[in-house]
Amino acid sequence: MEKFTPERAIVEAIREEMERDDRVIFFGEGVATKHYELVKEFGKERIRNVPLAEGIIVGTAVGASATGLRPIVDILFAPFITYAMEEFVNSAGKLRYISGGQFSFPLVVMGMTGGGWCVGAHHNHNIESWFIHAPGIYVVMPSAARDFKGLLKSSIRDENPVFFFIDIGLLHMPGEVPEQEYTTPLGKAKVILEGEDITLISWGKTVYRAVEAAEELAKEGIQIEVMDLMTLKPLDQESILNSVSKTNHLVVVHEASRNCGFGAEIAAIVSEEAFEYLKGPVVRVTGPDAPPPSSYVLEQAFAPDKDKIIAGVKRALGV
Amino acid sequence: MEKERALDFYEKMFLIRKYEETLLALAQNNEIFTFCSSLGQEASAVGVVSALSEDDIILTNHRSAGHLLARGAEPRRCLAEVMGKATGYCKGKSGPLHISVKELGIYLTSTIVGGELSLVTGVGLSLKMLKTNAIAVCFFGDGAACEGIFHESLNLASVWELPILYVCENNQWQAFVHRKETMRIDHISEWAKRYKIPAITVDGNDVEEVYKNTKKAVDSIRSQNGPYFIETYTYRLRGHMEPMDQQEYVDKEELENWRKKDPVICFKQKVLELASAKEIEELENNIELELQRAVHFAKESPYPNLDELTKDVFVV
Ligand SMILES: Cc1ncc(C[n+]2csc(CCOP(=O)(O)OP(=O)(O)O)c2C)c(N)n1
Repeated sequence: MEKFTPERAIVEAIREEMERDDRVIFFGEGVATKHYELVKEFGKERIRNVPLAEGIIVGTAVGASATGLRPIVDILFAPFITYAMEEFVNSAGKLRYISGGQFSFPLVVMGMTGGGWCVGAHHNHNIESWFIHAPGIYVVMPSAARDFKGLLKSSIRDENPVFFFIDIGLLHMPGEVPEQEYTTPLGKAKVILEGEDITLISWGKTVYRAVEAAEELAKEGIQIEVMDLMTLKPLDQESILNSVSKTNHLVVVHEASRNCGFGAEIAAIVSEEAFEYLKGPVVRVTGPDAPPPSSYVLEQAFAPDKDKIIAGVKRALGV
Repeated sequence: MEKERALDFYEKMFLIRKYEETLLALAQNNEIFTFCSSLGQEASAVGVVSALSEDDIILTNHRSAGHLLARGAEPRRCLAEVMGKATGYCKGKSGPLHISVKELGIYLTSTIVGGELSLVTGVGLSLKMLKTNAIAVCFFGDGAACEGIFHESLNLASVWELPILYVCENNQWQAFVHRKETMRIDHISEWAKRYKIPAITVDGNDVEEVYKNTKKAVDSIRSQNGPYFIETYTYRLRGHMEPMDQQEYVDKEELENWRKKDPVICFKQKVLELASAKEIEELENNIELELQRAVHFAKESPYPNLDELTKDVFVV
């Protein structure tokens, strides 16, 4: 199998989907400049630069998606979506419902986030839970190169609006990517390490740190089942409950801040749906309730690392 | 203007007027909660919509009754929607404020002020890229023109030469704030010109004037000259929201002056030169009758099933 980075996996996914479906278009600030090879292949009509105005960028995508096109928009850094909350949340997320199902919005918004580039809180802010809470929007956040490609392809093909979060820290981390055509289904989590003692759920870069923690704890005889959620909405509740009913313990790890982070929702679901299986508290290991800082040491300390995850696992197990 | 067209315009304007008066009576009687009346703006709606083709797409907002009815929406289904009934155009999930009717080309109605301006560029892009000859028409108010998205929308439409007709219904009011408190200019078309979009201000109370100018605008857009901007200068004769707004804050003289220019009454005088009083009376009676039936239909219609609460969130 070939090895390449998520950065390349994203471009491959877009190329394949544009090849497959004429209705797919791709725009954003500097998109046509950066992806000149796609412009050469598909033309200036389908790959476009846009004015610096996120509201109209996303609004245009929403309007186009309801009338026959399938836009992918790159808003660059996830916090820039705040200028387009109206268009994304009120229009893409609600107008299907408000209209009694008359419209659908097959579009993908891509945005980078997470520590790894020391860019500070206006470029790095893990806001995935905002969009999980909002109705009508799917949320995807892969960790492995192959899933960046497979999930982006599925997102482009889906009939619903998708926020595709790209963890900056993973962009240049090569991984195996199959050569033949494939997609990764939305709404399916992946168990990447099997274990009997505790379930660990994560997404984005903290998946890798969870694996490091699991390898270390394996030496102490603790077998962690590590699950990469990949799609946060729709949530693969079944896989979560199956795993927890086997291991009887759960820890959720994410880079996003703790307060009302998605870990809180997962903990609530498990306590409501699998309480009888739980033999200990559900523990969250998360970023702090603060804006992500720029300084390398602080940025590194923001996302849970191996040691914090190990401590969280031990707390959940009561050891 | 030929008789046939004049009667058609008058019929639509009278229907809109009577429909909204019907809603007002229902609201005053606590039979519906609220709605935003376009009373006084009928000429703008009928003049613009009558100049469009069937496959053109209209985006509108909270003050939409004129646009809906001029396009041929059934009063009974509009009314049912206002009442939150299952037979409404949006199954009761919109209510009075954001009614879309896809089958008539009324798309993506938004009640976030300026929402339609953010969406119309995408609709225009689709129409252009999918090589149709249709255009997108976007209705909005002078208040929406104060939103940043107005400027983003016009700029992009101009740069991408999108087939969009912007229609700013300048009714002098932005909810409870007079337009003059919010801008240095008198005509929103001045702003549009700065984006290199051909822009005109027309007497929004004169249906013939609106129609004629819209025809010209539509021809220009269809000849691939990019967007066009029409400001229909008019007046909101009622309060912002019925039935609670009593217009205490409105200057009496200003209101009186605009009442003298009531588009429905003024146009009726012109139609009387072309058609007999009897013809007009018959037309009016038919509309009154249709509206009585519409009220009956809406009242008798069932509410949505409670399982609708979580339907239509996603495409499944
Ligand atoms: C973003 C937003 N702000 C405020 C409102 C409340 N609101 C509804 S209509 C309206 C006035 C809009 O004025 P204008 O755009 O001139 O349209 P008109 O109502 O006069 O037709 C306001 C403030 C809203 N719906 N959306």
